[in-house]
Amino acid sequence: MSVEVPTLASLQAQGKKAAVVFWVGCAGSFDDRAKKITKAFVKILNHTQTSFAVLGTEESCTGDPAKRAGNEFLFQMQALQNISTLDSYGVTKIVTTCPHCFNTLKNEYPELGGHYKVMHHTQFLKSLIKEGSLKVEGGSYKGKRITYHDPCYLGRANKIFEAPRDLIKKLDAELVEMKACKTKGLCCGAGGAQMFKDAEEGDKEINIERTEQALDTQAEIIAAACPFCNTMMTDGIKNKKQEDEVKIMDVAELIANANNL
Amino acid sequence: MGYLPNFIFLCLLIFGGGFFTRNILRIKRNILLGKEAGRNDQKSERWKHMVRVALGQSKMGVKPVAAALHLVVYIGFILINIELLEIILDGLLGTHRLFAPLLGSIYDFLIGSFEILALLVLIAVIFFWTRRNLVKIERFWKSEMKGWPKRDADYILYFEVVLMLLFLSMNATDALLQQQAAESYIKAGSFPVSQFLTPLFEGLGLEALILLERSFWWAHITGIIIFLNYLYYSKHLHILLAFPNTFYANLDSQGKFSIDTDIKREVMLMLFPEKAATEPESSSPPDKFGASDVFDLKWTQLMNAYSCTECGRCTEVCPANQTGKKLSPRKIMMDTRDRLEEVGININVNKGVFEDDQKQLLNDYISPEELWACTSCNACVEACPVAIDPLSIIMDMRQYLVMEQSAAPQELNAMMGNIENNGAPWPFSNQDRLQWINEK
Repeated sequence: MSVEVPTLASLQAQGKKAAVVFWVGCAGSFDDRAKKITKAFVKILNHTQTSFAVLGTEESCTGDPAKRAGNEFLFQMQALQNISTLDSYGVTKIVTTCPHCFNTLKNEYPELGGHYKVMHHTQFLKSLIKEGSLKVEGGSYKGKRITYHDPCYLGRANKIFEAPRDLIKKLDAELVEMKACKTKGLCCGAGGAQMFKDAEEGDKEINIERTEQALDTQAEIIAAACPFCNTMMTDGIKNKKQEDEVKIMDVAELIANANNL
Repeated sequence: MGYLPNFIFLCLLIFGGGFFTRNILRIKRNILLGKEAGRNDQKSERWKHMVRVALGQSKMGVKPVAAALHLVVYIGFILINIELLEIILDGLLGTHRLFAPLLGSIYDFLIGSFEILALLVLIAVIFFWTRRNLVKIERFWKSEMKGWPKRDADYILYFEVVLMLLFLSMNATDALLQQQAAESYIKAGSFPVSQFLTPLFEGLGLEALILLERSFWWAHITGIIIFLNYLYYSKHLHILLAFPNTFYANLDSQGKFSIDTDIKREVMLMLFPEKAATEPESSSPPDKFGASDVFDLKWTQLMNAYSCTECGRCTEVCPANQTGKKLSPRKIMMDTRDRLEEVGININVNKGVFEDDQKQLLNDYISPEELWACTSCNACVEACPVAIDPLSIIMDMRQYLVMEQSAAPQELNAMMGNIENNGAPWPFSNQDRLQWINEK
């Protein structure tokens, strides 16, 4: 199934505007696994006939990994350029599938002059259901045992715990919690720019610890809502040789699949 | 004799209070070595936060057993201190149980309640000691808890046991003296707990009893004054600093890390020189990016360090620590306090001026290895019952490493190079950002 993905530039050329900008993010644009999440989300946007657009080649890293790595200068360079681009199109509303982009756009751009209504895709999907444009029934996920991993920058940092869980419950699935969840959720190990470096010496990798907690729930699917968490948990499952039994899926993929998109 | 006891008591009070005040002023001076934090906004929200988190102990409930025990000691501590007012007045005026005639049966009720609280505190402290020393709960036995931190924790418990026992013994001997209608021992108070101690003192003569009662009374108030002064040297300072620390806490979303506005002007000048002119000129250009020593931190971060009671909830939930890395958020706070104390002593010795000691928080206390192990997941911040933010110190120190020393791990330099060159942390061309559309 092909997808319709207008860019802000192309819409402007036609004298049109988009209601919301989908901020794809670097992982969503370049990482093979994350690209599938991007596509699933776009399929839902197309299916619900949502007026949206992407920045495409005009999008650039939000600067989050640079900031967490300590390079405030590079972060602000990225942020101010992105704000300039967004403002040139008069963007007011942004949705993103990456909690890191979400957090930075929502919390750190305002002080640099970028004021937007920023939503994470799980919040956005929930609002689509609420306004009636998206219907979700369990389908193949009905009765499946699913556990949800809270991304730190979505959960603890921004207190969004319920939107992703509500979506999973809409699938008529059995949502089971890990021993560390919500405010106590354990990091997947990728945050704070750790994604891009080897871990310091220790006796275990963080993603293995978290994967073990997830496997303890006996879930068939580990739902994630962050491309980086997805990568870390996927690696963890492979390490545990459970990749045939347990799948790591983004909440958007679950919703798209349930709707046969 | 005459007024000698009153005079000695006054001296004890002045000396104890004076020494405590001197040390508190030193702490204040040390904390204010930090930079401005901009936390004077949202006053009503701040009051609410303090009432909820410090007074109401809202974040303690995560661990119900510890919360219940802590609540007993906390309430006991506050309420028994009402009695302290009477003790001080008695000491100064040479009276005995000054409030008894004024309060009548309420007095009996109060003394009885204090005794029950004292017993509950004793029981709670025994549980605390057992958890720490026999059950050996892991967070109390991490590597940073060796030596003084371990002893400090135990001393606090011993102090509390001794103070409660002195209070109860004082009442037990007092009750016996009341029964014997000894001079100036008016019939007052009820003794639901100390009545079980009286058999220990029965059969003693009047003089011996009076001597014991007076000894317990003096030892109790002297012990309280010593304990008050011990706070300055101890992690127990949290009983005072939890309040300002929660008042000046970060009330923003945990995901919002502080933005350096000095840098903003620099970046604006580079990117949009025409717009940069409208940016407010910073009062003083930054002499240093990030933090390598306590002087570079904000005063609230330094107050955080003094407020830490080393409970280790932060370290217990830290993903890096859980997986055996060197990082421990508690150690970050302990190191910050230790370095700040060292700087404070340096200032005392050098008559108010800090003489460079060729040391700093980075490397001499906190290693880059610890800093780079952090995933910035905020679990430590979330876990702290008194709103301490170890993560902000880690991030400020990373900023120093990267912006002043270009000392990031090699892979991170590569990642940042990619962002600089092609706007993504990986080496992909920005022109390929939409390729996913056509992929299967």
